[in-house]
Amino acid sequence: MILIQLSYFAAAVLFILGLKRMSSPKTARGGIVWAGAGMVVATIATFFMPDMHNYGLMLLAILIGGGAAWYTGKKVAMTDMPQMIAIYNGMGGGAAAAIAAVELLKGTFASQSFLTLAVLGALIGSVAFSGSMVAFAKLQGLMKKSFLFPGQQKINMVVFAAALVFGLILISSGSTGGFPLFMFFALALAFGIMMTLPIGGADMPVVISLYNALTGLAVAFEGFVLGNAAMIIAGTVVGSAGTLLTQLMARAMNRPISNVLFSGFGATGGEASAEDAGGTMKEIDASDAAVMMAYASKVIIVPGYGMAVAQAQHKVWEFCKLLEEKGVTVKFAIHPVAGRMPGHMNVLLAEAGVPYDKIYDLEEINAEFPTADVALIIGANDVVNPVARTDPNSPIYGMPILDSDKAKNVIVVKRGRGTGFSGIENALFYLDNTRMLYGDGQEVAGKLIQEVKQL
Amino acid sequence: MIEGFTALYIFMLAAFTGYEVIGRVPVILHTPLMSGSNFVHGIVLVGAMVAMGHASTDLERFIGFLGVMLAAGNAVGGYVVTERMLEMFKSSKEPAK
Repeated sequence: MILIQLSYFAAAVLFILGLKRMSSPKTARGGIVWAGAGMVVATIATFFMPDMHNYGLMLLAILIGGGAAWYTGKKVAMTDMPQMIAIYNGMGGGAAAAIAAVELLKGTFASQSFLTLAVLGALIGSVAFSGSMVAFAKLQGLMKKSFLFPGQQKINMVVFAAALVFGLILISSGSTGGFPLFMFFALALAFGIMMTLPIGGADMPVVISLYNALTGLAVAFEGFVLGNAAMIIAGTVVGSAGTLLTQLMARAMNRPISNVLFSGFGATGGEASAEDAGGTMKEIDASDAAVMMAYASKVIIVPGYGMAVAQAQHKVWEFCKLLEEKGVTVKFAIHPVAGRMPGHMNVLLAEAGVPYDKIYDLEEINAEFPTADVALIIGANDVVNPVARTDPNSPIYGMPILDSDKAKNVIVVKRGRGTGFSGIENALFYLDNTRMLYGDGQEVAGKLIQEVKQL
Repeated sequence: MIEGFTALYIFMLAAFTGYEVIGRVPVILHTPLMSGSNFVHGIVLVGAMVAMGHASTDLERFIGFLGVMLAAGNAVGGYVVTERMLEMFKSSKEPAK
């Protein structure tokens, strides 16, 4: 027994050190290995807990769950990472709820406070589970629309209140399972679904991060119930770290968390942006664009999700290397919410082999745009829309943007003339120093490479 | 069992630890870190195993089985995805393999 406790202690230490290492790019790769070692130690130790049964079934469950996750995790494309995080996170929440369900069915609790914690953990875990599944379905494109109907928030509140009532019944009756237990879980799961349905795709990262924090909290609560220190510490650490991460993300998007949760994006505003952007869009072809950049001294590239969808990051990096051979300084400017999640674009660029010291944050790069000869915008839209600085009526007003409009020239690579993810007209496209280069990101990058080689 | 105020103290200290650890993380690492913390709460596997190990009725066994399966998915999936993301972080001084 003392050995098991020691292994849990070691696991908790390894988790914290691992997370610490993961918060710096230099040591990040080692961090996950440390945390992984902690997990293996704790899992093996658990097999030696006294008075345990059902080992065969347990191994089978681990093989099925772990095997399926291993396979999908290895196979998934980097662009699809966010929804995978959502689904794995949901599984964790579901597991916490399952622990609570088993304990509540048994109904033997050392004290009333443990029973309360079990119920709370079950509620949070269930919401994180069903909510994450909806988030997954939305990001995966299985579910396209945001479901909005009048009085939705009120109905959601009623469902939540009903779940709480059944939770209280469980606590006061000492939980012997049966009807209240069933209703409690059904309502909690329903609430998770209903709460996530109205939230738009652009806000999903914040929501996933929030569910991640909630799962951590649920795990910590069930850890108290089972008297398991490793679960308490790991769960609480994730709970608080996840809350902080959620805040950082929400701040990067200039969307208070309450806004994300309680208003469907695009349902408000929209018509306010009807103010005519004025002017016309001016086109440029690939050869002119290539000449412009090859003879520039500094080019800042602003990649967006459009580039990732076109799988253009490898071609873009190849193009950058050609420019660098010609003595051009090339930098990448990443908006905090470029891609689908903060940091997602960095991962995608890293996949293409772009070293991270060429990649700059919004705060680092914004002062440099006026000195750049060309800002090349590939598949980004809302994050470079100057309306966010100028038009208080715009739904994105106040969101920090990359000041690419201040560069001497702007080249926008775009598939068509449509608006971005948020459906807001982009004033940048109509500026005098902006040229539009229409085409699929990968094709355009390919053409640019050809043209630069011929110079 | 960890009870009463001891539990509360552990909770408080762990919460501050989480906050401090993430405190000054660069934006570039937000997604990997979210994924990493997602892996860490995969420790729920340990609890699911205990719950299943002590299950005595068929219903408890069934729910326990689901729990262990989900928890294993959380832990393994979280690890694989995080590792794949972090593998890609290298500086220009350290050329690609």
